[in-house]
Amino acid sequence: MSKDIRIKKGLSLRLEGEAEKELVKAPRSKTYAVKPPDFHTVVPKMVVKEGAKLLAGDELFYSKYTDEVRFTSPVSGMLKEIKRGDKRRIMEIIIEADPEDAYKEFGKMDASSADAEAVKTRILESGCGAFINQRPYDIIADPKDSPKAIFISAVSTAPLAPDWGFILKDKQAEFQEGINALQKLTSGKVHLSLDDSSAASLKGIKGAELHNVSGPHPAGNVGVQIHKIDPINQGERVWTLNPEDVAIIGKLFLTGRYEANRTIAVTGSEAKDRKYYSAKIGANVSEFIGEVSDDIRVISGNVLTGTKVSNNQYIGFLDNELTLIPEGNQYRAFGWLPFTYNNIHSNSRTSLSWLFPNRKFKPTTNLNGEERALVVTGEMEEVLPMDIFPMQLIKACMAGDIEKMENLGIYEVAPEDFALVEYVNTSKIEIQDVIRLGLDLMITEVG
Amino acid sequence: MEWIRQKLDKISEPFGKGKKYEKYAPAVNAIDTFLFTPNHTTKKGAHIRDAVDLKRVMITVVIALIPALLFGMWNAGYQYYSQLGEAFTFWDALGHGALKIVPMIVVSYAVGLGIEFAFAIFRGHDVNEGYLVTGLLIPMIMPIDLPLWMLALSVVFAVLIGKEAFGGTGMNILNPALTARAFAFFAYPTYMSGNKVWVSEASNVEAVSGETILGSLAAGDDVSHSMWDMFYGVIPGSVAETSTLFILAGALLLILTKVGNWRIILSGFIGAAVMALIFNALPSLGVAGNELTNFYWVNHLLIGGLAFGIVFMATDPVSAAQTLKGMWIYGFLIGFFSIMIRVFNPAYPEGVMLAILLMNVFAPTIDHYVIQANIKRRRKRIKTATGQVKTAV
Repeated sequence: MSKDIRIKKGLSLRLEGEAEKELVKAPRSKTYAVKPPDFHTVVPKMVVKEGAKLLAGDELFYSKYTDEVRFTSPVSGMLKEIKRGDKRRIMEIIIEADPEDAYKEFGKMDASSADAEAVKTRILESGCGAFINQRPYDIIADPKDSPKAIFISAVSTAPLAPDWGFILKDKQAEFQEGINALQKLTSGKVHLSLDDSSAASLKGIKGAELHNVSGPHPAGNVGVQIHKIDPINQGERVWTLNPEDVAIIGKLFLTGRYEANRTIAVTGSEAKDRKYYSAKIGANVSEFIGEVSDDIRVISGNVLTGTKVSNNQYIGFLDNELTLIPEGNQYRAFGWLPFTYNNIHSNSRTSLSWLFPNRKFKPTTNLNGEERALVVTGEMEEVLPMDIFPMQLIKACMAGDIEKMENLGIYEVAPEDFALVEYVNTSKIEIQDVIRLGLDLMITEVG
Repeated sequence: MEWIRQKLDKISEPFGKGKKYEKYAPAVNAIDTFLFTPNHTTKKGAHIRDAVDLKRVMITVVIALIPALLFGMWNAGYQYYSQLGEAFTFWDALGHGALKIVPMIVVSYAVGLGIEFAFAIFRGHDVNEGYLVTGLLIPMIMPIDLPLWMLALSVVFAVLIGKEAFGGTGMNILNPALTARAFAFFAYPTYMSGNKVWVSEASNVEAVSGETILGSLAAGDDVSHSMWDMFYGVIPGSVAETSTLFILAGALLLILTKVGNWRIILSGFIGAAVMALIFNALPSLGVAGNELTNFYWVNHLLIGGLAFGIVFMATDPVSAAQTLKGMWIYGFLIGFFSIMIRVFNPAYPEGVMLAILLMNVFAPTIDHYVIQANIKRRRKRIKTATGQVKTAV
């Protein structure tokens, strides 16, 4: 059964530097890292010490407050260093990789016939629980909850986003097994959203309710799809996963191993070999694309929601993409004059960029202005296809007014849903951060 | 440009963080960012950003105001010379107006920006661009012979009480430019109303009458101007509000650039038309009406400050309704009340100022009800959802 979701509001940014649809094997990094800050609200408790020998799938740490969720090594090797930041917070757990991976054997299991509890235990002990996110709040799922549904979005609409159809082309069997396993985790449905490309790659997937999604970004955001399919109410929980992680879970059941295979698309106007690379989770950025100069921003993830990574740092746990764009630390004379600098995209009509709908833009990281009070109205609604008042919700988050946030639909949003709102915002406010802080406040006050 | 950049970097050095004059940095930054869009980059979240910023938005409004302003300058001279019966050229007329209006603009900007800079330094935030528009709007909606000190005082009142008292740009409830006009209107009524102020020098020169069309109508007199005069704006009035044609040109720019919200503009005119049509229909219902109620509804839309108010004042995003549905209601009621006040209250021949200020006050209430509908929808959904869960159990 399939239902169509057509999104009208939004903005698909066309940028220079799409990755070619060619899959190559990435060079194996000397070091890999798992970064606890990738998992919001998780307080890591280490179970191994520096110098320990590890198999791929051996436990590194667990979450202090939900100790069933385990985090395991994506590769085999030796734990080289636990890098700490302020207040001794663990920032990176660096593993010196063996030339070939040796795996911890969890044993094969047929997900569709296995007991639900056994499936859950297997997912958690292998470290695959780290792939499962929870809405509301956009944090790692608590295994004690029973979600009302599980949502997977295989729709790529974000700027320069990797094409899920291409990534999943040869992974149908694993993906199917992954769906079988996820079905055991919820009493409700498993929803799978597809675009044309992923629908072709994932033909004949059973056990999930399929949705054909079309429209501009953020149509591919799982939050928008949840809002259209089965919105989250107060007190409810839904879980979300990235499609490639479903395949990793599937492989775990098929082979009994935690194979942390990650397809990384290298994109962006400054990237040299723009291709898809098959790699492992947590690869070193510099060993992937080489050292880059200060004039280039390397983003783990896409330009709207990713995190900045420097030379010799590591790709984010959930990220399927590296984006390289020029830094924008230059001055522009009289940049405020309307209808000038039309090479910079604008969703407003004060730039003539809208006259060239087919042009590909080459954006920099310049803020194109300074932070100001919220003045302009109506611009946010144009890029948020949800029945939510964005500006009012943002102001409620800034004020920390919990009741108002609840009333205005804080449970239905994640920071990424506000990425485009942040992009188009005239006042240059870090809106994703505002939403994140609002969600954090809800976690501590409501839970 | 490179040379200027280097000079600026040098000048702003003692204003840097931890330096001697750090406190005054907002003033220097304001000038710096006027010349150059700064080299600030994104830190996290969205790494790329839209080309638009608040300066661009505000400058777009200023550009949209310029046709009406230039016409206002010319019209000031035209009204004066044609009533005197003197021969004059285009440049004579423009020059006459410019000599009166340019000083008004200079005073408005100097006083207003002075206060803005002082507040920015005092509060330690950057200078917001809102006053670029307000500072030009204020002289444009005043009578041409208003003494400059009154103008300055109105500006002080508008910026201090109308804006900064509420927390600065983005926080004000009332439109600051209209606050300035309302202040002058109630503080110095003899300079702001009557039949001696709307044409240049009307109070000094006997041969010049300064009556507006609305004034004559309220007095029960006939109107000598044709509909096209009203549309082009060759009629007496405040500095730059007379020409519907040039105001619509500005409106076109605002709508095309999406800087001014078309919903407010359109619904404003619809509201005014509906009210005027109701008044026009009174005789057929057996009510006699008067000169104002029987004034042709199209002309009602053309005269007075209605068009200027709806296009440039009602669309101020801060004081207007902020939800899309709310904008329709807000605009409609502004137009509706403008004509109603105009007709019913001869003491205030032009109602648009009061109508907009009134709706500024009610805009949050309108938004409240629009948002409440959304909240109710969400609550209802919870009820049906929990109902489902119960039946499932």
